Amino acid sequence: MDLLTTPLHDMFGPVTLSYVFLAMGLNIHYGYTGLLNFGQAAFAAVGAYTLAVSVASFDIPFVLAILLGVLAAVLLGLLMGIPTLRLRADYLAIVTIAVAESCRLIFSTQWKSHFHARDGVRGFVGGFRDLNPLPDYEGRVLSYNRNDLWVMIVGWALVALVCLLVWLLMRSPWGRVLKGIREDENAVRSLGKNVYSYKMQALVFGGVIGAFGGFIGALGNASVVPDDYNTDVTFVALTMLILGGAARVMSPVVGAMLFWGLFSFMGVLLDDVMSSNQITMIRWILVGVALMLLMIFRPQGIFGDKKELALDAR
Amino acid sequence: MSTGPHDPPRPGLPSGPRRRGVIAALLSALLVGLLVSLASPAQASDTPDGNVVRGVLQNTADNNAPVEGVTITVTSQDGQEYADTSDAAGEFLIEVPGEGGPVTIELDMDTLPEGVTLREEGQNVRKVVLLPNQEMPVLFAMGPDTRDVETKWDRLPGLVYSGLLFGLVLSLAALGLSMIFGTTGLTNFAHGELVGLGALLAYFLSVPMGIPFLLAVPLVVVIAMALGWAQDRGLWRPLRRRGTSLIAMMIITIGMQLALRYLYQFLTDGQRLNYQDYLTPPPHDFFGLFTYTSRDIAIIVVSVLVVVGVILALSFTRLGRATRAVSDNPALAASTGINVDRVISVVWIIGAGLAALSGVFLGFVQGVTYDIGQLVLLLLFAAVVAGGLGSVWGALIGSLLIGVLLDVSTLFVDAEVKNAGALLLLVLILLIRPQGLLGRKERIG
Repeated sequence: MDLLTTPLHDMFGPVTLSYVFLAMGLNIHYGYTGLLNFGQAAFAAVGAYTLAVSVASFDIPFVLAILLGVLAAVLLGLLMGIPTLRLRADYLAIVTIAVAESCRLIFSTQWKSHFHARDGVRGFVGGFRDLNPLPDYEGRVLSYNRNDLWVMIVGWALVALVCLLVWLLMRSPWGRVLKGIREDENAVRSLGKNVYSYKMQALVFGGVIGAFGGFIGALGNASVVPDDYNTDVTFVALTMLILGGAARVMSPVVGAMLFWGLFSFMGVLLDDVMSSNQITMIRWILVGVALMLLMIFRPQGIFGDKKELALDAR
Repeated sequence: MSTGPHDPPRPGLPSGPRRRGVIAALLSALLVGLLVSLASPAQASDTPDGNVVRGVLQNTADNNAPVEGVTITVTSQDGQEYADTSDAAGEFLIEVPGEGGPVTIELDMDTLPEGVTLREEGQNVRKVVLLPNQEMPVLFAMGPDTRDVETKWDRLPGLVYSGLLFGLVLSLAALGLSMIFGTTGLTNFAHGELVGLGALLAYFLSVPMGIPFLLAVPLVVVIAMALGWAQDRGLWRPLRRRGTSLIAMMIITIGMQLALRYLYQFLTDGQRLNYQDYLTPPPHDFFGLFTYTSRDIAIIVVSVLVVVGVILALSFTRLGRATRAVSDNPALAASTGINVDRVISVVWIIGAGLAALSGVFLGFVQGVTYDIGQLVLLLLFAAVVAGGLGSVWGALIGSLLIGVLLDVSTLFVDAEVKNAGALLLLVLILLIRPQGLLGRKERIG
């Protein structure tokens, strides 16, 4: 029975939820604008750390800390975008992956009085949990404790809001320019649009959505640890997006839930056969292989349109 | 630690003629601490109850001469006093019966010989908590602190040397990355895994399979070349034929990187492995500036020969010219009768071989770990972008630059974050001269 309930439990839990945000952000970057951001984890990390350190070290009120986190993500987007967005797509990919690794390096080695190295930051969720009106939930099939439940309700409501926002934006002239950039940058430029500026807006917008993934993950775990933001996190979000199908509003949501359900299912399935360490490694190998196979045989994923995604970097 | 016939002997405290020099003093101090901590469980069986407080008194103002005749008193919780006086070797050893607990260790300032002072005021009294059966080493520092006698600038030549060496090894992999990019336009995010393949293969061939290391190295390179060919033939060529976009291919390399890295972790069980041969060659002194080893020389000679060989081949052989033509414009090259697919195959073969060779050498410095590829990938990108994507000379110069920059930066920042310096350079280069030092402008836009 665990074989089905555990994946079902995990599919809606805070971890999946934080990945939904990361994948939604990547959808703006990759799906709609054609930007290859391999450092989405950095946006989540910077958001989560700003929130956690503001509250834990400086006693800043929760809502203000969230705003600071958003601001930090905007600055990170500018840092990544300014040197690369005028250049070909691979430069952005290289710089984002490098920035993400450097962020993790800095969080795990510097300013230990605030970042606490590998132990991570704790003691910042009080303000959020105080608002929680819910009791623990014990259903017939699924049970969540009240903290998770509170994160999930707020998180899924935000997901719905972001989906609506993305849907509206991508129908707007602004969204059409982004898709135009994805299809043919020079054509858009010849229409007098400032491609660089639009790309920057897309990078920052998707990054801020990613930072919300960081907030949700931090609130769900009640801690912020540097290794939760390694580059693999970005690649998982990317796999989820491609599984769902890029450039569709709902696909990151479906992709993330499906991915995490399968990931969790495999974990339960292999639980009796192998050690948990081995399961982790096997699952990651399969994630890599799945990403390759998806890109080779079905780059449009489940819901995508193959014609819409004929991107080329050269 | 086990108790049994292999117990470490009771530590002999350093005695006999004092070796000169700061390092010797430091080392011996370290060694004492290490031996004491190693020996303590064994000690436990000898003295079933009671603690030992011990140490060596040395005066750094007098070339680490032992300080004799100083009285050290340990006062236990219940007011009992136990004392010892340092002997001719400066050693003292005080046994404290009982189950441990908080004690006060005091050095009697009046018994200090004329002219000997403690390094810091008030350091003659210590309050410590002894665990049951613990052997507690205590250090009373005397004379000036000589540990930092080596200044930053004394370390500079050594760091430049190690940086150049690392950069040279890095350049092997960077060369392949740059060539693959030049001919196919593909930024290979799985290139680091080819480096990791080299290190792992060298380990598995030489240690568990017992092939002599010098024979294993060419074998590793040949296997890697075969795999490079297979990778192009089985994966990239069909994708190119299908007209798969470069962005899609980049994501495929990400998937490959992920799968291979965790496969390596699975195979090594996440352990850090080490080669057995040539692991700790004796160091030689280079005019007092830095030390080198015969292994370094071998690595330098092989790397330089290979790098120069590849660059010369690109400049002067028929295939090399064809490679450069394909880099320039594949369609035009094809129309002049160059077999583009064959050229790309050769580039993959050479690129994979170079990366694996680089991995074999890196395995000495970094240890053979499953994530060696992930560690160097960032540096490879920084090197290749700094030098100019697609330019072979650029890859070489960029690698040397990154190697030196990383090691020299440890003079100013923690060694842990030195890799972030490579990123800073990457961003700066892209801001100021996006085509890199030797790159061409039309490639970047």
